Amino acid sequence: MALLHCRGLRKEFAGHVVLDQLDLTVAEHRVVALIGASGSGKSTLLRCVNLLEELDDGTIELDGEDISDPRVDPDRVRRRIGMVFQAYNLFPHLSVLENITLAPRRVHRRARVEAEAQARELLDRVGLGAKADAYPDRLSGGQQQRVAIVRALANSPRLMLLDEVTSALDPELVGEVLAMIRDLKADGMTMVLATHEMGFAREVADEVCFLDAGRVIESGPPEQVLREPTQPRTQQFLHRIIQAGRL
Amino acid sequence: MTLLEHVPSEAQVRRSAYRRRQTVYSVLVAASSTAALGTLLVIAVTGAPGWDRVRQSFLDPAIARDALPAVLSGLWLNVRLLVCCAAGALVLGLVIAVLRTLRGPIFFPVRALATGYTYTFRGLPLIIVLYLLTLGVPGLRLQGMPPVLVLGGIALILTYGGYLAEVFRAGIESVHPSQLAAARSLGLTYRQTMRHVVLPQAVRRVAPPLLNDVVALQKDVGLVSLAGPIDAVRAAQIATAQTFNYTPYVVAGVLFVLLAIPLIAVTDWVTLRAARRQSGG
Ligand SMILES: Nc1ncnc2c1ncn2[C@@H]1O[C@H](COP(=O)(O)OP(=O)(O)OP(=O)(O)O)[C@@H](O)[C@H]1O
Ligand SMILES: [Mg+2]
Repeated sequence: MALLHCRGLRKEFAGHVVLDQLDLTVAEHRVVALIGASGSGKSTLLRCVNLLEELDDGTIELDGEDISDPRVDPDRVRRRIGMVFQAYNLFPHLSVLENITLAPRRVHRRARVEAEAQARELLDRVGLGAKADAYPDRLSGGQQQRVAIVRALANSPRLMLLDEVTSALDPELVGEVLAMIRDLKADGMTMVLATHEMGFAREVADEVCFLDAGRVIESGPPEQVLREPTQPRTQQFLHRIIQAGRL
Repeated sequence: MTLLEHVPSEAQVRRSAYRRRQTVYSVLVAASSTAALGTLLVIAVTGAPGWDRVRQSFLDPAIARDALPAVLSGLWLNVRLLVCCAAGALVLGLVIAVLRTLRGPIFFPVRALATGYTYTFRGLPLIIVLYLLTLGVPGLRLQGMPPVLVLGGIALILTYGGYLAEVFRAGIESVHPSQLAAARSLGLTYRQTMRHVVLPQAVRRVAPPLLNDVVALQKDVGLVSLAGPIDAVRAAQIATAQTFNYTPYVVAGVLFVLLAIPLIAVTDWVTLRAARRQSGG
């Protein structure tokens, strides 16, 4: 059974339709990459799945439960989904350790020592153990983004949503974040990631979905979508990307 | 293996020596220009034709000594009122600001009340609130009426709570929505998001203007003497009426400034620190 199942999603902002009859299915342990031009609705889709935006139509099922039902408690749903943003969004007034343990302690009511031990272990695993007590503004962009991923992981989510997690980074810092996502995939984490890194999408994704004007107009294995796209819009988009030297 | 001590280059040694000389030179210039200006001021003031009369009626040491105990005990009232009112107004302002951010139809009346409160008390002159509470309320002759001093304190808290609520609200609104999104995406409830993510950042950011309002409050607490209790200024006024000499006012003024110095220093320090944090240092 699919872990995430979106059907007929629609979202508009003041009459401007951003998602339109969008379908997306993600099986457990699979990685789906969302690609598409700026403004095609990738971030909006991820925000809708995390219930940060209210849908205008359609249903979203997580683990077979209809989470788009207004009677569902969104806080409870979000605890099962980890989200990482393009701009990291770490809490600047909290140390790295406090950023990571905030949700485990306040949401999952875990004891402080236990939450901190888990956080330190996760940090050690990504080579950031020495930064546990630093504040976010003392970290490089790549380090901040890795902390943001660790923070999302500390909730032991069923599904990770990653929104262009490398776009704000200098090229030499992109690698360390991508390596971390690669490891997550190896651990079997289910992920939906919006990305402009076509090479990475090809390497890490099981499926690539091309979004255009709020719909998935082409999807399939990366080799097929990125090498032999059938839709003219996809061809155009990839052509521009190749011209820009990003594939 | 031991690390080799860094031996400064010849150029660096020369630069350091030059900087040290510059420092000594700057201190000397500052000291002599201050001395020159001070001398000029003293000559100008003491040489003024009315200086002797002014000195007698404003700077009489004997009268200052006599008035000091009364003014000091009045000042003690100011200090106690300031501490209680500042604490009360900060709590009230924070509560009102948070109430105004609540969304959802259930909270409509709360939101409306909080908004009405800030509009009313920011518009109403403090003196009128003071008179209404200290003269009007006792007129109701209710059982267990608190003393006038407490009523005056409540008037101060109500008025300053309105100002501080707006400062807190500006701070809450200055926290970027992406911080809220990040907190909510972690599963934190609205309350937890406010408590652990939004308010700590908001309060840090508006600490300087908040403290500024507390400094202003320090000067306004004395207004309770309009309703009877004797604060430092009122004590000075009484002493002046007895001696026909204004020295007690000067005594009170000096004491007020002394009292304000630590508060203002703290405000400056907090402002400086906030500015440093802002610049990402
Ligand atoms: N809160 C909002 N209010 C109004 N319009 C919005 C809002 N959020 C997104 N939009 C609009 O929705 C459209 C899709 O935005 P979205 O951020 O989902 O695109 P995207 O595919 O993530 O683009 P990018 O690659 O630049 O991140 C854009 O036209 C954007 O202007
Ligand atoms: Mg986006």
